[in-house]
Amino acid sequence: MLHIVACIKQVPDTKIIKMNPKTNTMDRSSAPAILNPYDAHAVEEAVRLKQRYGGVVSVVTMGPPPAVKAIRKCVEIGADEGYLITDRAFAGADTLATSYALTKAIEKISEIKPVDLVICGKMTIDGDTGQVGPGIARRLDIPPLTNVNKVVEVNRKEGYVIVHRKLEDGYEVIRSTLPCLFSVEKEINEVPYSPLPNMLRAARYQPVIWAVNDLGEIDRTLLGLKGSPTIVAKVWPPEKPKGGERLEGTAQEQVSRLMEILQEKKGLFRVKEEQV
Amino acid sequence: MNLDEYSGIWVFLEVKDGQIAPVSLELLGAGRQMADKRGVPLAGLLIGEGVAPLAETVFPYGADEVYLYDEEIFRDYRTESYMRAVLECVEKHKPEIILYGATSTGKDLASAVATDLQTGLTADTTMLDVNAETGLLEASRPAFGGNIMATILCKKHRPQMATVRPKVMKALPPDPNRTGHIIREKIDLREEDIRTKVLEIVRETKEKVRLDEADVIVAGGKGLGSKEGFELIHRFAEKIGATVGASRDAVEAGWIDHQHQVGQTGVTVTPKVYFAIGISGAIQHIVGMQNAGLIIAINKDPEAPIFQSSHYGIVGDAFEIVPMLMEAFQKMPDKEVQYGGKI
Repeated sequence: MLHIVACIKQVPDTKIIKMNPKTNTMDRSSAPAILNPYDAHAVEEAVRLKQRYGGVVSVVTMGPPPAVKAIRKCVEIGADEGYLITDRAFAGADTLATSYALTKAIEKISEIKPVDLVICGKMTIDGDTGQVGPGIARRLDIPPLTNVNKVVEVNRKEGYVIVHRKLEDGYEVIRSTLPCLFSVEKEINEVPYSPLPNMLRAARYQPVIWAVNDLGEIDRTLLGLKGSPTIVAKVWPPEKPKGGERLEGTAQEQVSRLMEILQEKKGLFRVKEEQV
Repeated sequence: MNLDEYSGIWVFLEVKDGQIAPVSLELLGAGRQMADKRGVPLAGLLIGEGVAPLAETVFPYGADEVYLYDEEIFRDYRTESYMRAVLECVEKHKPEIILYGATSTGKDLASAVATDLQTGLTADTTMLDVNAETGLLEASRPAFGGNIMATILCKKHRPQMATVRPKVMKALPPDPNRTGHIIREKIDLREEDIRTKVLEIVRETKEKVRLDEADVIVAGGKGLGSKEGFELIHRFAEKIGATVGASRDAVEAGWIDHQHQVGQTGVTVTPKVYFAIGISGAIQHIVGMQNAGLIIAINKDPEAPIFQSSHYGIVGDAFEIVPMLMEAFQKMPDKEVQYGGKI
């Protein structure tokens, strides 16, 4: 029986969020909080592996109490158990402090049932770093396998996995000892609509909630803002380009004008000489 | 931690197709400026098997030194083996800054190294500067899906680390008279110590979309309305021999594969000509294409922000304008201006 832990995060939908132009902070009320889309693929892959090999899928997240909603979304996808770690001490964490807190939570979950495999999404849409997954793997001292786009085999009995890791120009087939950690690409699976029984279970589901004190021996100086080596020194709106020339006239006139411009600028183009 | 013990700027040299990867040369260009500002040496960190001959190729691009690990165990990139080399080299020579390309390898390696060193790592940096006196690295990047820019500092830990987006920094023109010295390193690492093994590497160069290398890109967005509508982009691109790009909306709608996505969560592109068709111009898209030589926007919404980021704009319906453009290209008298040779 595999025990797979998927790490997830509730994020503001950065696609529609509005910024406060005075403070350069996000107006969180302008965007709904959603399950990080990449993490849905991590949970889905965990669920598929459970269906293939038998096992249990737990999800863990660090966040404010409303993050329970993101855990319920994972239960809809098919997760069995959810764990939320929530505490003021976690606030302001960068990727290093986040990986420490989540590692502590995974260690605690492992006391309940030993963990074989950790799966993370490629990155979050609010942080855009992809650094937390490998960070957790290093702290747990298990191999990090990033950019995973296919799981070929998970062999718990013999303690190994074989996966594909996406490269810029192809992929590599890699074998690793188990336990290990995957960060999975979005293309690894498609998340289907959830079956009704999962939806019903999710609606009532109450995750386990832990504060810092529940996590056993923990170095508080490594948590939250205190445990974060990086600080955001300055934020500013991206430079607005001045904008160029708006072509005028009828559609045909605009197209003709554009073709003239392209002719003028032909230095920008590769001139094919070898062809007649 | 005594911060003053750490000195010098390093660039992790990625090897691609038997050469130093372009992004590493770009980082040497950026690193050179910072090293001069600080008055410290710029070093490359080169790890691999049979890579020794590449070491001296980076001196013309600005490196003063190369730390070289050339051993069989480094034949394939593996997080654990490469990480050991970086960690050992850092412990021995204590650099103040390490830059990595924000490639899959660079990001993977930097994330693991940062955790073991317990230091700060800024991801996907697009602007770099260093304070000449304090040595603080000012690493700036788009944040929150590109809605704002943020400058990240790491004040109390060394080395300061960042991954840097390819195609953002500029490599120096190579100076064949520049020289440097190679420091050969050894590491006590056995195959049994490494828990992963690369069984096979499969190259998919033929089918693969190389947006980052394209000279002309025709990109489509939500304004195309449907997968069928997006066909217009394919037809136009085919006509002028361009590569197809897409906004995140078009990808998420399932009209086109993710590998075509341009922007913060897609690919950064620097073509000579970029057509943005039916793309509104969210900042997360703009950060991925703003360095194109010539940006042409076609959108029926005159208020669309894409017009702020383009050199020339046409307000109109793509389904009317693009076919006209295709016809105009067909009639173009100067046939030697071939955008990819397929007109």
